[in-house]
Amino acid sequence: MTDGMRIVALKFQLNGKPVEMECEAEETLAEVLRNHLNLNGTKVSCEVQVCGACTVLVDGLPVSSCTYLAYEARGKNVATIEGLEKPDGTLHPLQQAFIDDFAFQCGFCTPGMIMAAKALLDENPQPTRAEIIHHMDGNICRCTGYVPIVAAVQRAAGVMAKESKK
Amino acid sequence: MMPLRRFQMHQPKNVAEAAEMLAHYGEKGRLYAGGTELLLAMKHDLLRYEHLVDVKTVPGLDKIEAKNSSLHIGGTVTHRAIENSPLVRERLPVMAEMARQIANVRVRATGTLGGNICFAEPHSDPATLLLALGAKARVQGRNGERTLAMNEILVGAYETALAADEILTAIEIPLLAKSQRAAYLKFQVHERPTLSLALVLDVDASGNAITKARAVVGSVSLTPCRSDKADALLVGPRDKVEKQLADAAQVLAEAADPGDDLEGSAEYKRHLTGVFLRRAFAQALSGAPR
Ligand SMILES: Cc1cc2nc3c(=O)[nH]c(=O)nc-3n(C[C@@H](O)[C@@H](O)[C@H](O)COP(=O)(O)OP(=O)(O)OC[C@H]3O[C@@H](n4cnc5c(N)ncnc54)[C@H](O)[C@@H]3O)c2cc1C
Ligand code: FES
Ligand code: FES
Repeated sequence: MTDGMRIVALKFQLNGKPVEMECEAEETLAEVLRNHLNLNGTKVSCEVQVCGACTVLVDGLPVSSCTYLAYEARGKNVATIEGLEKPDGTLHPLQQAFIDDFAFQCGFCTPGMIMAAKALLDENPQPTRAEIIHHMDGNICRCTGYVPIVAAVQRAAGVMAKESKK
Repeated sequence: MMPLRRFQMHQPKNVAEAAEMLAHYGEKGRLYAGGTELLLAMKHDLLRYEHLVDVKTVPGLDKIEAKNSSLHIGGTVTHRAIENSPLVRERLPVMAEMARQIANVRVRATGTLGGNICFAEPHSDPATLLLALGAKARVQGRNGERTLAMNEILVGAYETALAADEILTAIEIPLLAKSQRAAYLKFQVHERPTLSLALVLDVDASGNAITKARAVVGSVSLTPCRSDKADALLVGPRDKVEKQLADAAQVLAEAADPGDDLEGSAEYKRHLTGVFLRRAFAQALSGAPR
């Protein structure tokens, strides 16, 4: 029987740029992002797939990087909060909307909230309020309250629709 | 961050090789799919494995196909893929609707149907619906293939009838006949369902009488539960059955015999069984065949 992998040769796209590195089989994507790649925007809280603080997108789908093995990112596109602003520093409409709607207080849940919302808007640019709530159901905020968060997602959807018409 | 203990990852090229690997590593190895159950338990050191066998590297297990009068959903198909599959939405909408209600978007994106059934967590949405639909699991190990009904594969809490080297390759679900109606509902306040209820009814041509019924209550006992006696009370003219719903729910709840736990008291769960049976009955008989 062939040996299994202890060390994974990992090649993937991170926020549009190629990454080539090695990691251990049991390392999570959050550990690789935070500890090896110094991207600390992705937060880790519950570590059991419940809170969504650690949400990143893999091939456009939201995953809990706290318990998603970095091994799974082989050959895929990973998007984190750090990749959202434009090179000139302009914020993504979701980031701007979270500011405009006061959709965060401590901000710990915000990167995960924004990445989850991005996955929704990329797939369904004009979601209904009910669709936003269903989609964001697994992202927990302990201080802001959900009303401004839902409002921010709605606002961003509106801004993005206008931008895409330009 | 809570680190995982060290392990090696194995990438079988086919089911036979995966079965060999599982047999070879025995207690030290485990099949790994989406990891949404396994990695959590390993993080908390409830389970320890030195070898994980990645079932997703086996080609062909991620397909959804309609064959004759049944739907075949591969073992590594994710909840999200079921929820979004045009085939499932068209041919068995109740299955897509159930998948849409599982966990959260992230768990649905990575968690698989095979992993759900094989972990045999008592609070499973798919297990409840699949038992009502009369689904079967196809499993394959070193000694060949076999087919198990849902009540055969699920034998207890976190306990299946699978041998250590067996892999669930697909779930086969009979499509509903034109005369059949189905509904799936759940009550949930925590991460997993407090109670799940699935109902499949056969109606006569007039639509006013039920000729056959299959009700399943899940998440309140170790495995999803049904009762011939409860199903019998759900057969007959519609207005008569409506009057018997409370009795049927009582019989079903007695069969499930729920206990008190963090989800609620036994009495509360028996009460919910009645509420959800009534709602499922109304939903199944409203609107188009599902
Ligand atoms: C926050 C949270 C909320 C959840 N909510 C719900 C809910 O509402 N409803 C619900 O039903 N579930 C819920 N779940 C459970 C969810 O983990 C499962 O639904 C998921 O499908 C498990 O699949 P997996 O691929 O991640 O399994 P894994 O974790 O990879 O594997 C689980 C077990 O199954 C075995 N296994 C995996 N695939 C196979 C196979 N093909 N053949 C044989 N054995 C196999 C593994 O060896 C392991 O023992 C929730 C989980 C979390 C973390
Ligand atoms: S930290 Fe990953 S879901 Fe909470
Ligand atoms: S802003 Fe503090 S947890 Fe959401």
